Amino acid sequence: MATVSLKDVRKSYTPDLQVIHGVSMEIRDGEFIVILGPSGCGKSTLLRMVAGLETITGGEIAIGGRVVNNLEPKDRDIAMVFQNYALYPHMSVYDNMAYGLRIRGLAKSEIDARVQKAAEILELKNFLGRRPREMSGGQRQRVAMGRAIVREPQVFLFDEPLSNLDAKLRVQMRGELQALHRRLGTTSLFVTHDQVEAMTLAQRMIVMNAGRAEQIGAPLEVYARPATTFVAGFIGSPPMNMIPRDGKLLGIRPEHLEPCTESEAAIVAEVDLVEPLGADTLVYGHVSGADGARVAARLPATSRAQAGKLALRYDPANVHWFDAGSGKRIEA
Amino acid sequence: MIENRPLLTAFSHAILILGVLAVAFPLYVTFVASTLTLEQIMSVPMPLLPGNQLLENYSQVLTAGSTKGSKAAVATMLFNSSVMALVIPLGKITVSILASFAIVYFRFPLRNFFFWMIFVTLMLPVEVRIIPTFKVVADLGLLNSYAGLTVPLIASATATFLFRQFFLTIPDELAEAARVDGAGPMRFFWDVVVPLSKTSMAALFVIQFIYGWNQYLWPLLITSEESMYTAVIGISRMLVGGDAANEWNLIMATAMLALLPPALVVMLMQKWFVKGLVETEK
Repeated sequence: MATVSLKDVRKSYTPDLQVIHGVSMEIRDGEFIVILGPSGCGKSTLLRMVAGLETITGGEIAIGGRVVNNLEPKDRDIAMVFQNYALYPHMSVYDNMAYGLRIRGLAKSEIDARVQKAAEILELKNFLGRRPREMSGGQRQRVAMGRAIVREPQVFLFDEPLSNLDAKLRVQMRGELQALHRRLGTTSLFVTHDQVEAMTLAQRMIVMNAGRAEQIGAPLEVYARPATTFVAGFIGSPPMNMIPRDGKLLGIRPEHLEPCTESEAAIVAEVDLVEPLGADTLVYGHVSGADGARVAARLPATSRAQAGKLALRYDPANVHWFDAGSGKRIEA
Repeated sequence: MIENRPLLTAFSHAILILGVLAVAFPLYVTFVASTLTLEQIMSVPMPLLPGNQLLENYSQVLTAGSTKGSKAAVATMLFNSSVMALVIPLGKITVSILASFAIVYFRFPLRNFFFWMIFVTLMLPVEVRIIPTFKVVADLGLLNSYAGLTVPLIASATATFLFRQFFLTIPDELAEAARVDGAGPMRFFWDVVVPLSKTSMAALFVIQFIYGWNQYLWPLLITSEESMYTAVIGISRMLVGGDAANEWNLIMATAMLALLPPALVVMLMQKWFVKGLVETEK
C-alpha cells in the first residue's frame, strides 16, 4: 500500500497535440480514487501514465514516495485491470493468475497459496482449470481482478473494468469491488465514464474534461458544490439546469425543483416530454420567455405531470451560480 | 438446400460422382500401372485391375531406381524431398514469425519501409529471381547441398504477411497485461504470441510442406548429382525419351510414392489446417 502523487502531470503526443494539461493530486494511502469524465477526456491516458504504459511528457508521478516516471510497469509495483480483461486466452484461470508471479520467480508453494486465496475471495475455486472463453463476462472480470490481487501490489489500477458487463452484473460487481477494497485496503485508481459508478465507489474523485482536472473532491461534495458548469452538467442525471440570469448562469438541480401555484413560481416551464419512472417522474421542457433554456425537473410520482405550462419553485439555498463566460462557480 | 426434389438430388449426385471420377480415375490408373509389368502396360487395352508386380516394382524403385533411365534409388530421393519439405516450412515459420513480431510489436526507424519491402517481394514470382538466386547459391558453393535446396526458399513474404495480419488481431491489452505482469518482449513472444499462433502455424506448415515437396524448377537447377535428387526430379529423370522406352510401371510406382507424404500430411493435419484458416482463439 502506498500514496500516489501526481505533480503537474502532462502528456502530449506532438508539440501541438496535448492531451493532459497538468493534473496534480495527492492520493492518500488506501484511498479509492475514481477518475471520471466523458470519452476522450484523457482519463484512461492518465491512468496508463500511472501504470507506465504511456510515457510522461511533463511533471512527476510518485508511488509510495518513489518517482516512477522512467520505471517499467513491472517495477512500479502496480496491478492493472483492463476494460476487456486482457486475459491470456490459451491459459487456464489458474495460469492467468499465476503468470506474473512465475515471472517474478516466486516459489511454487507461495504462488499456489496466493492463487488459492484470491480464488477463495473471488469465488473462483471451481473454475481454476477453465479457459477464459469458457466463462461468462462476470467470471472473466473476476479472473482479471484475481490476477491483480495475487500480485499484492501497492496500487490497483482499473480501466473501466465494469463497462463490458450488463447492467445488473455491473451493480453486483460494484458492490464486490467495494467489499474487496474494504478487505484489502489497497490504494486504487478507477477510471470510468459512469457517474453512478463514480459516486458509489469513490472516496474522492477527479472529474476530467479535455485533459484538465475540473474538480477533485469527495463525491457528495462535488455533487453539492460543482466547481464548473461542466462538472455540474456531468454529475447528476438529468444534469443540472442552467438558466441565464443577469449575465450569469443560475444552476438548479432537477430534484430541487418542485411544482407550485403560478403566483409562487420562480420558473414557468413549457413541458414537452414526461417520463414516468415509477419512483418519480421526469419532466422536460423549456423556460417560457425569450431565451428558452432547457429545464428538467424530477417530480414525485404522485404529481400528475402533463405537457403544457408548469410552474416550478426552488429553495434559494439550492441554487448555484456560475460565470457565464468561464463557466467557473461563483461563491455566494 | 432443404428442398426435397428427387430429380435435383439425383442430378447433383451425378455431377459430384463425375467430379470424383475425373479426379480419382487418373490416380487409380497410376496405382494399377504401378502393379503391372511393362509388357502389360504396353498391351492395348491396358488392364484396369491391379496386377501382381506391386512388391517387385516398389522395391526396385526404392532401392535402385529405373533400369533404363536414372538409376538413383527413390528411397534417397524421398529422404531428400522430406528434408526439403520439412526444413522449408519450419524455416519459413521461424523466420516469418520473428519478422512479423518485430514489425508489429516494436517501433524502429523504417519499420513500415521494411514491411513494404518484404511485401513487395510477394509480387515477384520465383521464376523472376531464379537466375540471380542461382548465381548467389553457386558462388557460395551450395550447389548439390541441402542448404542450397532449402535456404533460398525459406524467405517468405506470404508467411510474414499472414503472421502480421494475425498479430494485428491480438488485442494490444494482452501485450500491456504481459508488460504489467513483468514479461519482457521475448517472454511475451514465447508465452503468449507463439501459443496463440499455433493454428496459423499448422495451416502454414501444411501449405508450405506441399510447396516444399512439389518444388521442381529449383532442385532441377541446383542438383546435378543423383544423390541429391528429390522425388519430383526423380520422376522426370526416369523419362528417357520415346513412349516405348519408358518403364511406366516403375515411373508410376515412383509417382505413387511421391504422392503419399503430402497426401498424408494433409489428411493428418486437416483439422488443424481448417482451424488455422477459419478460427482464431482470442
